[in-house]
Amino acid sequence: MDWLLFGAVLAFAVYTAYRVNDVLVYHWDWSRVAGFIVRRDNKTGHWFANILLLGLFSTLRLAWWGTVLACIIGLIMGACRASPNLTLRIISRVYVELIRNIPAVVFIFVFYFFVSTQLFPLIGLNSRTVNVPWTDNAIFRALFGPPGLLTNFLSGLICLAMFEGAYITEIVRAGIQSVPKGQWEAARAIGLSRFNIQRDVILPQAVRKILPPLAGQFITLIKDSSIVSLISIQELTYMGNEVANSTARVFETWIIVGVMYFAICYTFAVVFGRLESMARRSHR
Amino acid sequence: MSDDNETQGPILSMEGVGKWYGNFCALHDVNLMVELGEKVVVCGPSGSGKSTMIRCINRLEEHQAGTIRVAGHTLSANTKRIERVRRDVGMVFQQFNLFPHMTVLQNLMLGPVRNRGVSRAEAKSLAMHYLERVHIADQAAKYPPQLSGGQQQRVAIARALCMQPKLMLFDEPTSALDPEMISGVLGVMEELALAGMTMICVTHEMAFARRVADRMIFMDRGEIIESAPPAKFFSAPESERAQLFLSQILSH
Repeated sequence: MDWLLFGAVLAFAVYTAYRVNDVLVYHWDWSRVAGFIVRRDNKTGHWFANILLLGLFSTLRLAWWGTVLACIIGLIMGACRASPNLTLRIISRVYVELIRNIPAVVFIFVFYFFVSTQLFPLIGLNSRTVNVPWTDNAIFRALFGPPGLLTNFLSGLICLAMFEGAYITEIVRAGIQSVPKGQWEAARAIGLSRFNIQRDVILPQAVRKILPPLAGQFITLIKDSSIVSLISIQELTYMGNEVANSTARVFETWIIVGVMYFAICYTFAVVFGRLESMARRSHR
Repeated sequence: MSDDNETQGPILSMEGVGKWYGNFCALHDVNLMVELGEKVVVCGPSGSGKSTMIRCINRLEEHQAGTIRVAGHTLSANTKRIERVRRDVGMVFQQFNLFPHMTVLQNLMLGPVRNRGVSRAEAKSLAMHYLERVHIADQAAKYPPQLSGGQQQRVAIARALCMQPKLMLFDEPTSALDPEMISGVLGVMEELALAGMTMICVTHEMAFARRVADRMIFMDRGEIIESAPPAKFFSAPESERAQLFLSQILSH
């Protein structure tokens, strides 16, 4: 029965592909686009990563730092959301509601303006101050990309982290509130301070509960990172757009870009699945 | 602290204590003195304010009227003083409330290390000492969910004892246990009483109360109705409500 169903689906897919090909009369030419993934220097014979692959690395950097930053924001704001202090609760509530009720694109346009024209000049960050010796080495490039594009990268990163942080805040809040009331009471009864209760008793238990939704949010973050291409952050989607426009090989380009996104996200999902089952095994 | 006066007077004094949840009066004019070494058993129908009263003593609940003094400290909103008072007051809950992500040993060491600033090595030997006293030293490396209910409750008692409290509060410690587990926990509590620990115990175990209590407190609708030695309380309760309660609880 399973095989029959599988066969039917396969047949439908092949038929669809055939029809699409028939209707579109499109000449597939992968070689031109492939040249934008890796490029061969004709003189030396070395292979270089070309802009699509560079875009992929940039997306990976965005995803990594975005995750770290969004987690920090989410952890702090999440703790505020579940705090008895009214001011903290209001601040975190306003943050979450603002971001959840504005489309990501709109938020990023507005916030980008704030970051790039207000925040960076305020802390004296511009393309010249970034070009100091300690930024020009392999490690720095691997972590943050080319120094010349650092302000560009950082503004994209902050926008993304602020945006995703709001969702992580809600996940963290739900995790904290899922810890039974008795745990708070027992911790208070042995005289722990508020800070110690959070760190030693509540958060360790909350983290175990929020791991699955957090994994989903990280994958969403990677996909959402394509939005920052709109503010000219040179990540995968931005580069894909460039390639598609200059070569006019629209389908080939976007299919390759799609495959790249899929590869990153699926890898993340598998890794998180492993982590989760490990965490479950180590504790009962 | 001007009102530090730890050597004289009762370990606990509650004077005119009142508490409301909205319009509902949870405690009304509660007056209770407990001397060092005294064992007090609190009983009464459910919803009579027993738990609320003992939870006010270590300020898991805030009282709204009257004064509570514990080991010479008057309870107020002062966080530091509350943490200080909780050092002197151990509490055992109906639902054990052990920390499931820590081993038994870590559960016991957390309070002394964090609140009393004891070194880890010292806290560990303290923890092992009290685990032996509750007869489960061999379970030290396990996680609470791996233990039976009775074992978990004994760990909870040891965790409270590790703070070396002057006063122990028990909030229906055997109500969530399977019947065959109850005697083990009550046994540990009796040993504790014999060793001279001051105890306030909310329980429905009347046989235990008869053996251990110096004084019975009967509560109903947020008030202390009767306070008497167990011999007198069980044979000749004064109030009608206590008579009714005892006839219901002792008949089966």
